[in-house]
Amino acid sequence: MAKIWTLVEHRNGAIDSISWETLAMARQLADKSGGSVTAVILGDGVGDFAQTAFHYGADDAIVVDDPSLKDYRLETYSATLTALAQEHQPDVFLLGASDKGREIAPAVAAKLGVGLASDVLSLDMDGDKLVATRPVLVGNLVATITFGDAKPQMASLRRRVFPALEPDTARNGNVTQANVAGITPVTEVVGFEAAEGEVSLNDASIIVSGGRGVGGPEGFPTVKALADVLGGALGASRAAVDAGWIPYKHQVGQTGKTVQPDLYIACGISGAIQHLAGMKTSKVIVAINKDPEAPIFKYAKYGIVGDLFKYVPALTEAFKAELGK
Amino acid sequence: MKAIVLMKQTPDTAQLSASMDGLKLMAEGGPRIVNPWDEYAIETGITLAEDHGGEAVILTMGKPEATEAIKTGLAMGCKGATLLTDDAFENSDSLATARILTAAINQMGDYDIILAGKSAIDGDTAQTAVQVAALLGVPYLGYVAKIEAVDFDAKTITVVRAIDGGRETVTSPLPAVVSVLKEIGEPRYPSFMGIRKAAKAKIPEMGLADLGLSADEVGAAGSQAQWLQVTLPPAQESTLEVIEGEPEEAAKILVQKLLAEKVI
Ligand SMILES: Cc1cc2nc3c(=O)[nH]c(=O)nc-3n(C[C@H](O)[C@H](O)[C@H](O)COP(=O)(O)OP(=O)(O)OC[C@H]3O[C@@H](n4cnc5c(N)ncnc54)[C@H](O)[C@@H]3O)c2cc1C
Ligand SMILES: Nc1ncnc2c1ncn2[C@@H]1O[C@H](COP(=O)(O)O)[C@@H](O)[C@H]1O
Repeated sequence: MAKIWTLVEHRNGAIDSISWETLAMARQLADKSGGSVTAVILGDGVGDFAQTAFHYGADDAIVVDDPSLKDYRLETYSATLTALAQEHQPDVFLLGASDKGREIAPAVAAKLGVGLASDVLSLDMDGDKLVATRPVLVGNLVATITFGDAKPQMASLRRRVFPALEPDTARNGNVTQANVAGITPVTEVVGFEAAEGEVSLNDASIIVSGGRGVGGPEGFPTVKALADVLGGALGASRAAVDAGWIPYKHQVGQTGKTVQPDLYIACGISGAIQHLAGMKTSKVIVAINKDPEAPIFKYAKYGIVGDLFKYVPALTEAFKAELGK
Repeated sequence: MKAIVLMKQTPDTAQLSASMDGLKLMAEGGPRIVNPWDEYAIETGITLAEDHGGEAVILTMGKPEATEAIKTGLAMGCKGATLLTDDAFENSDSLATARILTAAINQMGDYDIILAGKSAIDGDTAQTAVQVAALLGVPYLGYVAKIEAVDFDAKTITVVRAIDGGRETVTSPLPAVVSVLKEIGEPRYPSFMGIRKAAKAKIPEMGLADLGLSADEVGAAGSQAQWLQVTLPPAQESTLEVIEGEPEEAAKILVQKLLAEKVI
């Protein structure tokens, strides 16, 4: 009977959808092994989140509601989760591979002396052992990870890989209130500058990217117009970033962001192995390139061979008409 | 000021090609470089030493051939290095690696800051530096895009973290483990003099016994996460459908196809 924990992540009162993706996987593992799923919720004024977690598949919840947890701090969150795990002894602990999850998980794993697989693409249970696959060598290899006897076996799950369950509002569960680990954080957040009005590459379900074929900074608005009409994020190849046409935060690939949107539209990008490393697992790839031999076409589901300055605006207009914008 | 830079030697992924796949690249004897993300940590360490006095030193756990990468770091401007190497260290997971690095750091005397890269491009776990901080019991500052202010006398640092949703400014006491991003500043090239000096450098090595660790704390025996197998990713099916036609016509067809895919 595996006891499976998941962490519910949130910011500014909104739950991060990666929590429900993680919870759905936990549910699947629990159903397979006859186990249970506990949603662990840390924060200030987060009591209501437990009910939502039940709707998304949790059997019960542990809630630590404390003013000291209002702002996320790695020290307080990892200390509290470590103490909870020591007390309740879960068998498996899953988190989302968000920026937070990717630092909380290793910190907790280190304090507990347990194994961790980060950024996993698939999970299964073999008896009472978790088996995970994850990308290594920047997506050029896949490693299968298994675990020793120490519990909990931990994993962080890549965003947008595991579909969340449809919420079932009839589901209910027990809530256990727990206490915060009595530590005082030594780091202090003194400022936050929100990235305004921009869809981040991490969360985007649609990404439209431009490469050297865009020709210069003056070419990017053409690509961005398509991203905007689709409510997507703007990406770029390293060639475009290195040329100074667009800031680094837009770079997709081995030395940029790894993304996995539902739709990736590559405009004037050749499809170098280092660019592919960051986007080739996108669900549907569209390539617009004037060179029919460009490697990107090997990975694309749909391709247009032609000048992006003719086809991208046409696509933008067609989507505008179709989506009534 | 003393900065310890955690640097790993990794396969050179720029060499990947149709004839050099990931497995061949990872195999023994394949091309190796300084983990590209660690070059930014080296650069940060050297810059801090230049601005505040003191030195940046390299700490590497790896095989003997990692001295090659260490020499690159020395040629860039690091003032010393230690290589942690032992057959017993092989197949260490991130936590066992962190144990080895932490044992060494605890023998290195006073230090002000530990610098690390975003992740190592081979294992790609981004776990080791967080775990070093956890084992040392010092603060961890991740995704650091900028060091806003640092005062080594008062032992405080202020950094900007580029995280999901925005940029967070955080202050922390020192020593701390700081994991830096590319935005921190482009790494310098090794100087000619630096390369000549580094070529002659003798890199001190430490093994299991020197670090006071036991064999069951490191390597496969000390690792709770193990690589069962490594394979090439499943081959992508090439089901390319080329949409023909003049822009307006092609666009209309593509829009319908994408709507049918339910990706919009
Ligand atoms: C260690 C290392 C790490 C790297 N990391 C990354 C990374 O993270 N991300 C990344 O992207 N790259 C990375 N690269 C660089 C990568 O190898 C390629 O150089 C880069 O991706 C090329 O960018 P590009 O496709 O935009 O340019 P190009 O390869 O020059 O391709 C431009 C394409 O645009 C097409 N084109 C030109 N004009 C038009 C037009 N008007 N209409 C339509 N098509 C047009 C051309 O046919 C061509 O296919 C890395 C390289 C190394 C060595
Ligand atoms: N074997 C190692 N020796 C020294 N530093 C390492 C080693 N492995 C990882 N690191 C450091 O930890 C960071 C994250 O690595 P990883 O957890 O392997 O992705 C790297 O960028 C290095 O700074």
